[in-house]
Parts: sequence; structure tokens; C-alpha cells
Amino acid sequence: MTSTAVRAVDTHCPYCALQCGMSLTGNEVQPREFPTNRGGLCQKGWTAGELLTNRTRLTTPLLRVDGELRPASWGEALDFTARRIAEIQAAHGRDAVAVFGGGGLTNEKAYLLGKFARVALGTAQIDYNGRFCMSSAAAAGIAAFGMDRGMPFPVTDLDEADVVLLAGGNPAETMPPFVSHLSDARLIVVDPRRTPTAERAALHLRPAPGTDLALSLGILHAVVADGHLATDYVSRRTNGFDEAWRIAAAWWPERAERVTGVSATDQRRAAALLASARNAYILTARGSEQHASGVAMVGGWINLALALGLPGREGSGFGCLTGQGNGQGGREHGQKADQLPGYRKISDPAAREFVAGVWGVDPDSLPGPGRSAYELLDALGTPAGPRALLLFGSNPVVSAPRAGHVTDRLDALDLLVTADFVLSETASRADVVFPVTQWAEEDGTMTNLEGRILLRRRAITPPEGVRCDLELLRDLAVRLGQPADRFPVDPETVFAELGAASRGGIADYSGISYDRLSAGEALHWPVPAPGHPGTPRPFLDHFAHPDGRARFAAVDHTGPAEPPDAEFPLQATTGRVLQHYQSGAQTRRVPELLAAVPEAYVEVHPDTAARAGLTDGGPALVSSRRGEVRATVRCVDSMRPDVVFLPFHFPGAQRANLLTNPALDPTSRMPEFKVCAVKLGRPE
Amino acid sequence: MTPRRVVILGYGMAGARLAEDIRRADPSGERVALTVLGDEPHPAYNRVLLSTVLAGGLDTPSVALHDEHWADNLGVDLRRNTVVAKIDRAARKVHLADDSTVDYDALVVATGSRAWVPPIDGLRAEDGALAPGVATFRTLADCAHILDQIRPGAPVAVLGGGLLGLEAARGLVGRGSLVTVVHPRKRLMERQLDSGAGRVLLDSLRGKGIEFRLGIEATRYLPGDGLKLADGSAVPADLVVVATGVRAETELAAEAGLAVDRGIVIDDSLRTNDPRIHAIGDCAQHPGTVSGLVAPAWEQAAVLAALLTGTDPAARYHGTAVVTRLKARDIDLAALGETHLDPDTDDSDGSDDVEVVRMADPARGRYAKLVVRNDKVVGAILFGVPDAAATITQLYDRGTPVPEDRLALLLGRALPEGAAATGVGDLPAGALICRCNSISKGKLVSAWREGARDVPALAKATRATTGCGGCRDAVSDLTAWLRAAEPGQ
Repeated sequence: MTSTAVRAVDTHCPYCALQCGMSLTGNEVQPREFPTNRGGLCQKGWTAGELLTNRTRLTTPLLRVDGELRPASWGEALDFTARRIAEIQAAHGRDAVAVFGGGGLTNEKAYLLGKFARVALGTAQIDYNGRFCMSSAAAAGIAAFGMDRGMPFPVTDLDEADVVLLAGGNPAETMPPFVSHLSDARLIVVDPRRTPTAERAALHLRPAPGTDLALSLGILHAVVADGHLATDYVSRRTNGFDEAWRIAAAWWPERAERVTGVSATDQRRAAALLASARNAYILTARGSEQHASGVAMVGGWINLALALGLPGREGSGFGCLTGQGNGQGGREHGQKADQLPGYRKISDPAAREFVAGVWGVDPDSLPGPGRSAYELLDALGTPAGPRALLLFGSNPVVSAPRAGHVTDRLDALDLLVTADFVLSETASRADVVFPVTQWAEEDGTMTNLEGRILLRRRAITPPEGVRCDLELLRDLAVRLGQPADRFPVDPETVFAELGAASRGGIADYSGISYDRLSAGEALHWPVPAPGHPGTPRPFLDHFAHPDGRARFAAVDHTGPAEPPDAEFPLQATTGRVLQHYQSGAQTRRVPELLAAVPEAYVEVHPDTAARAGLTDGGPALVSSRRGEVRATVRCVDSMRPDVVFLPFHFPGAQRANLLTNPALDPTSRMPEFKVCAVKLGRPE
Repeated sequence: MTPRRVVILGYGMAGARLAEDIRRADPSGERVALTVLGDEPHPAYNRVLLSTVLAGGLDTPSVALHDEHWADNLGVDLRRNTVVAKIDRAARKVHLADDSTVDYDALVVATGSRAWVPPIDGLRAEDGALAPGVATFRTLADCAHILDQIRPGAPVAVLGGGLLGLEAARGLVGRGSLVTVVHPRKRLMERQLDSGAGRVLLDSLRGKGIEFRLGIEATRYLPGDGLKLADGSAVPADLVVVATGVRAETELAAEAGLAVDRGIVIDDSLRTNDPRIHAIGDCAQHPGTVSGLVAPAWEQAAVLAALLTGTDPAARYHGTAVVTRLKARDIDLAALGETHLDPDTDDSDGSDDVEVVRMADPARGRYAKLVVRNDKVVGAILFGVPDAAATITQLYDRGTPVPEDRLALLLGRALPEGAAATGVGDLPAGALICRCNSISKGKLVSAWREGARDVPALAKATRATTGCGGCRDAVSDLTAWLRAAEPGQ
């Protein structure tokens, strides 16, 4: 049984990147004053303690025997896993074993997972679900600013904003307490749907799905033509305006209107509102990022911010809203296919040499870059692809694009190993399931959406039979022939090593320690030395490119990868609801949350529903070229008649991702989650 | 493999776009060796933006389509200041004015159009050039010429009440000129607008300070004085801007024996009657579109690039649905499709199931007409209703069925969103008050009945207000409403 501490322990919510402050007494949650949430919690946060004692909690390893998952001892499960890894690698090479991580893992786990893959497995095949989340914003941020720190300013800076443009984000549902930072600002919300966030907006721009870039180009055109260009800033602090403008010049607002459906008048209003503000911010989220042209789409919003002179100015800026709990830290320390700790490139010889030195291995022994997340999942069990997968903190059966196909690929593996604390839809298909600690049962750091490193202390003792992922990695590594001291299991020790490995990198954590974090210091990376105060606003003096300037991106609108046609005349977009988090593996196990939103639904305009013979509250079948989904019809007057919306948190035949299009962005390899062609019908 | 020699006559919006599209499909030039011949001295520029230049929004460098290095960077043999003398189809050569020649495997005529100047006494000097004080409005040079001549407070006459004339008039009045538009028809933009829309547009432009002489011909221009009209009256003008339409530039094509009607006649492959010669843009005439707009030229360029590079031999051009948008500050006008259909006034035999919805609000300068057939938008005029214009244009372009509530569509989003906020007392019990914690009005009422009598107590009992805090006022209102409803109050 779980034994609980009697006293309250300060911690942070286990879900999104806002990392709301809360305190935990046993499994009782109380909100806590913290700059990001200021004492607020949404329903997910309030009920977060439920999972600590949930009856579906895994407490023993499971091994598939005769087709069924059966309880096993840790020793049996570890021995079996290590033996199979060794056999598969012996027969098919090191890259035959792949690793898939998650953006909810602590920095320590993410770091050690990357090291485990490169050193203990020697495989290039590692990526993580953050590829589906932050990769487009990351690539665009690096291109523009030389550094990807989602929000290069503290969240509380937004409190003073006069105008905030939010492109493709719905924080009123996805991170509710965040919205309190926007209460004094005039909001411009860009979203095809009239979301709860859009309802609060002074101006709601409603582009057709997949046309955000044409919209940002139209607004940029209006900024220039209506005399709002920050000429002095553009010449002093940026490069590349002329090339970007030559593209935007062809997107006069009336032309952008025809593509986006957003009136030229509203585009000019948005330009004027932003330009009139003393303090203004442009923020992006998944709506603009999860496209096969997601990097260009974010580049378009950055261009707009640069043309208005916002980034790197105190009281103004550009940022992206990171999604997953450790979506920021998780993308910095080496669980990405092309990356080493400290946001270093695995293809950079100097980075390889430095990190290999910290790890005490030969730089030449480190593998090169591997496949990106979807390409990795798509290759599983194919002749050229991996034959085994070790999966940590992710549920791709529900959350990956073209989920039916991904499920088939997972099923084609010789070996699927998962580490989780509940039997997720993916874990239930595994050969080995390791029950691991969660959130309040372990120490670890998270890096929130503003790049601030947070220490989450262990608040309760984990149930018997459950071990930390760090321990699991160590035990596997040792069985694979690694020295035990190369894979420490104490989070603080791992964090110190992470700091050393990140030293001199872009995301430099080397000056951070558990002691400093325990003392309550607000440390935003980079923190390059123990006495360094951290960098809450890294771009005030200069951007992170060698010449200190930000770069405009010469990007043009291309449109959705799969336009609607006669067979699939509608466009589907997917997203989240307030009560559920990501694949729902956790939140669907919380009775209060499940009761609030128990099943998949499809939002559709009443006329469109009627034309398809559907009724409000009745069943619908939504089909794309890749699969079909059963969902309950919700007629919503404010929907565009050519667009339907589905939340993606539900399993089985209700998986919205059975529909989604795995067309990938050429740079970020982000799949096109946000728009695909579908049709509506009645289930038989 | 030797690349095919493709020669483009014309470095305007169509020719420049085609060159870009060809290089995008064939970046290394292994399929197509590209030569572009243009007679203007500067890089191609965006003609659509000239009215914005005239109005003062953009300067000349801002409308350039390319920089000086564009051709070198893309491996295009661009020859500016180059005048073409003739096309020799038999020898597959283009003769230049300097007697040199350029060989081609495929030739694209993209010579555009030129301003048409009506035969009014005095507009042209004896040598055929425009008289002093007369300007057309077609090129960047025209634009510079006009801007050079105008002075705030001085009179300008604009000949022509079509799209371009009105954009010029709006731009010039914004710069302080005293503008009179002279138009031989009774209605402005008569090709696109019906009489109702024409009236609202007229009132609206008058409100900006523009004067109009409609339904009357100009008969004579007196330099330094102004225009004389057919009724003997005069319109003072230091400058006359002629915006009476354009004519396709087809001379070279006609001399070479290509089929020319209003423009060079082309098929769905953008071919002329000589299969080695194509034409795109304003100089071309395709049955599926009208000329003079950039959207058809760009769509034609994309198709032709696919054909000339062989990247998509099945590419065809089937025409462009035309949406006319007046680009003038503070005036929002869109006209699309069959704007003149009207079952009430047309000699309709009743077999056409066309449906027309109309809304006129002349006092506030709004007018909307929607023409629907078989549940699809086939035409619309939308003035002063920008949301409706944007939405209906998308319905038209995408062929999406029109929502059942046509009037709501014409009113734009004003209707559903403008509904007055309901008082908390009127909300049903199931209405969500605190979204962050899924707390309905009913739950709050129950908690209140159980003793939670103020906002902090309700927050403690239900968690309402403990997320983003945005519902604090609503919960506070609810307590007031509940207190007022208590017996004895």
C-alpha cells in the first residue's frame, strides 16, 4: 500500500508546461501561489492526486507469456529484456533497437534516456513525442533567434501587455490559469474555431485550417502598407527583411482574405491593434505549428513580431506556448534524434567530443542522427527498421498521427518494452511493461514554458514494486555490459552530470544545483556558472546568432498537404479539451474528469450535420483516407460549415489520430495533425 | 540532356511569376534554359500595389518583385531595356530591335496590356504622346508622373469610374487633391455592380470628398484648364488621370500570325494556335476568365511552368473564378460571380431556380446581395460587410453549400456574436460558469443553498473561480441574484 507523508510538500502539477504550483498532503492537492498560476488550478490540477492511489496503477512488471501480459518479478523482466535486446542487436545490428521518449519525463530521465540510447544501446534510433509537439516552434525559433527557449521572458511579463496575439492556442482550455496573465490585455486570437479563448478575444481571426501563414503574411503586408513598420528596429536588430517583404508584398490583405477567409478589414485591425500597443506579444501554439509547413507558419508569425519590433524588447516579445509538462527541458538534453545534451547537435564534432568526454566514452562510439518520431514509428518492424522499441512516457497508439498504421507497426516489432505507471493503450500491446514512479513519488526537475527550471520534490513514497525510470535504465545498462556508475540512479547526481554535459551549450544548466533550486531561486536557462543569476530575458541586448541579430524567414504560404476534394469535402482539425491531457492515459483514469468528458465527440456546424443525416447527440462516423473514427455529434453554430473538430484523447475506435495525416514538415519533421480531409457519415 | 530553350516575352507580373515557377520546379536549370526579355529598365514590380503607392502606403522600392541579383541567383538570362521587333515562327527566333536574335524551343508571350486612352480631343498631343497634364495609371512610371503633378488642394479629374479609376480617386483624395470622377455610365463599376450597390458606393465615395459626373461623356481636354463635358459644363483639372480600361498587347503576336481576338487566343494548355508558342496574363484570352487581374495570370503561370518543365504534363488551366475587390481605404467592396442575376427584374422564364437575398442599409453604407443556385453561391456583391465578404468568397471558391440561414450569412458574424449577454439569472442550471473546473450554475446554486454565501465560500465548496479567475464576476453576480431572490428580500 501507499504510505503517505503527513506534512504538505510543495510541488508542481504533473500535467502541462505551466507547471502550476501546488502542495500535496498525501494525495490531497491544494493550490499554491506560484508566478505561473498565482494560486489557480484547473480541474486536472485539483484532481491530480487521484492517480497516486488509482486502482489501475501498475505495481508489478508484466511479461507477455502465451500472448498475455502476466505479472513477473523485476529480475525476470529485466533479464528477459536485456537478453532480447542483446539477441536482436547481435542479429540485426545496434540500430535494430530504438528508444522513444516523452515530453513529460523529468530532465534527469530525458537526459539519461539519451545517454542510455547512445552509450548502452549504441543506437542512433531515438526520438520522442515532443517531435509532435514543439519541433516546429523550436526550429523556427532557432532559425530566427539562434536559440529555442519557448518563452524568452517570464510569464508574468504578459501581465503588463496591452495587446497579445495568440496564434493557434486555446489556453482557456489547455492551461487555464495562464489566462489570468492575459486579463488586462486586448487579445487577438487566431483559431478556426470559436474556442473559449476566442470568446475572450477583442478580435477573433478565423482562418481556414492550414492557412495561418497566408494570414500572417496579409497582416505583415498591412503593417507595412499602413505605416506601422518598426523601421529603426528592423535595421538595427534584424537581417533578411527585404526577402521576407518581397513575399509578403504579394499578400495584400484582400488576397490573403480569399485564401484564409479572414476579412482584409480584420487583418488591418490586427495590424493596427498590435502597432498601437506600448507592450505587445505574439504567441504561437500547436494550431499554427502542427502542420507539414509548421516551421514556415511559425516563421510567418515571427516575421510579424520582428516587423513590429517586439522580440528582445522589455515588455514585448515573441514566444511559443510549450505544451507538455517538460516540453521545454525534454527538447534540450538529448532524447531528440539529432541532439546531445545542452541543445547540442549530434552531428557537430566538437559537441560529440565534449559530451563523450563527460560520459567517458570514445566520441567515435557515439552514433549519428537517427529517424524523427513519425519516421521512426513508421519504420518499426520493417526490413530496414528497428525490431525492438523501448518506450518511456508516451502513448503513440493514441497520440501518433495515422494511429492505426502506427499501431500496426508497433505490433510488427519483435520486442516492445514500455515504462509507465498505468497500462496505457500502447503498454497493453507491449511484451514487457515496467511499473515506474510518477511525479510526486520521485525527485526531479522540470523546465517550464518560460525556461525556468523547477525542482519537484518527492512528496510520497511510491507503492511497493514500483521503481524509478533511472533505476530501470541503470539495471538494463548493467545487464548490457555498462559500468553501474555510468548510470547513476540518484536524480540529484544525474542532474549534476546533466549540468556538466550541458556546459557551454545553448541550454546551459551548469550553474544550477538542487541546492539553488531548493532555496527558491528563479533560474531561467542559460545559467552558465554557479553564481550566475540565470537569464529570464535572453534577447534584450542581442539575439543568439553570432552577429546578434534576429533573422526574418523568407516563407510563403503553401496550404494544407491534403486539400479537401469531392470524396473528402470537409477538413478535420484536432485538439484538446480542458478535462483531458494528451492521450488521456492519465486523465481518463480520474473519475471526475472522465465523467465531465467521457467520450470522443465531433463538433460540426448544424447545417453540415443535417446534410450528412446526423443529429446533435447522435453517433457519427468521421472518415479520412487513413481511417475512420466514431464520435458523438455536437452541433456548434459557430463552426465553419466546412470544418469539423475532434479532441484526440480517446482510445480505440474513438481515436481522432486514426484520421490525421503524417505529412511531415521538411525541417522539423512535424506531422500535419491540424488539418486533413474527411467526410462525415452515419455509422452502420 | 540539353535543356529546352524557353523564352518569355515580357518581364511584368505574369512573366516574372512564370520565371519563378519554372525555377522552383527546375532549380538547377537542367530542364529549361530560361531567357526573359523585358522593355522596362527596372526589375519587375507588383502592379496590384500601384494604388497603394498612389495612396502613399508603400514606396516604389517596396513594390519590386525582385532585387537586382534575382536573375543571376536563379540562372535566368534576363535582358531588361530590350525591345522585341518580331517573332519569326518558321525559324523559331525572336528578333530584337537591335537586330540580334534569340532562338527558342518554346516561346511564351506575356506582354500584358496597355492603358487605353479614349479618343477625346486634347488628350493626346500631335505626335500621339499624352498631352501635358494627362496621365494614364498603369505603370510605376505613370504613378511617379501622377505623384509629381499633384498638389494638395489642386483639382484632378479622373476619367473612368471602374475599379482602377476609383482606387486612383480614393488615393488622390487621401493626398489632398480635389478629385472629380467623370464616367460615361450612370453607375459606377457597372460591370460588377447592380444599381443598389452602385448607389451605396457612390454615396460612400462622396462622403470621402470625391465629386462625380456620371452618365456624361467628356468631349475635350483643355490643357491647364480641365475637361469639357458633353453638356457644355467644365470640370477643372490641373491633371487628368485616364483610367478607362486596358487593351491587350497583341501586336507582335498578330504580326506573327497568331490567332488574336480581344487577346491572344489560348487553350487549356495555354497554347496559341502555334503549339510552340504560349501566352499568359493580360495579353491572353482564355474562355474561362476575364483579363486585367493578377489571379488568372498567376494560376496560368503555375500551370505553364508545370508543362514547360515537364513536372506535370497533365496540368491544365480551366479558368479562374473572379472576385473583384476594391482596394481603397475605408471602403470594403467585393463583387464575385454573376452579380447581375435578378429573378424579379430579369426576363427569367422561371425555370432558373436562382435565389437572391438582398440587404440594403444605405444610411450606414452597407449593401449585400447574394445569388444562390442549387445551394451554392454563384454571385454576390458585398459592400461594408467585411465578414460576410470573406465568408461568402470562401463559400464561392470552395463550392461549400450555403448555410440555411442566408440572412445571418449576409450579416456576417454580427448576428450570432452580437447577441446581448444574458444575465446570470436567466441562464439554465446546466450552464457552465467556471469552465476551468466544470462548475455549472446548478452546482453553485446547490452550494449556496448549503450555506456557501459568498465568492470565497463558493470557491471553497465548488472550486469555482480557482482556475483562471475569469468567472469571479459571474459568481459574484450569481450570489447577488440568489440573495435578491431569497424570500423576505
